[in-house]
Amino acid sequence: MRSTSPKDANEAHVTSHLGLMIVFALFVSTVFATLMRDEPKAQLLFGARLVAGFVGIGILIGWLLYPLPF
Amino acid sequence: MKPQSSPMRAATADRVQPSTAYLISAAAWVVPGLGHILLGRRQKGVTFLIALTLMFVYGLWLEGRLFPFQISEPLVALAFVADLGIGLPYFIAKTVGAGAGRVVAITYEYGNAFVIVAGLLNMLVVLDAFDIAKGRK
Repeated sequence: MRSTSPKDANEAHVTSHLGLMIVFALFVSTVFATLMRDEPKAQLLFGARLVAGFVGIGILIGWLLYPLPF
Repeated sequence: MKPQSSPMRAATADRVQPSTAYLISAAAWVVPGLGHILLGRRQKGVTFLIALTLMFVYGLWLEGRLFPFQISEPLVALAFVADLGIGLPYFIAKTVGAGAGRVVAITYEYGNAFVIVAGLLNMLVVLDAFDIAKGRK
């Protein structure tokens, strides 16, 4: 989902929470995987697991909070 | 049980003098990933350089703010410390007038999160470079 910033209706920003969460997860997972694993293949596997964890748990918490009235 | 040393660990510890560890940490702070590059871990260093710099720039593009040091507002002061963690990119952004932040922008808070976390992650990278230089990793 994409929408625009009020600053400039023509300027396309990714503003969906999910989209930005995925981008954030990619950056953070890249750094953590590189820090914690030495071999590129292990970094890739660990990074993929971290991204899946970030996004999966984020969506899960989102659904758990969904029924709350505030 | 004592962990087994890898050849990479031994080679790095042999090359680096203990006093040099602080200089390498300073270099790692100034330019994200430079500490690892100086320690011979080029792949890691380049990954940190690209990922952390991009994350910081992306945060600014999302109209995040570079917070001032404001001791009367403790959370703002802490955000300043976190922002500063990214090193040279922070000063470049300040010099070119980026990071003013626009509170009414939809992405303002997201931008702040990206900029702050980029700085904090670079602090972790600096500590990792220090540990490698000391021969602990």
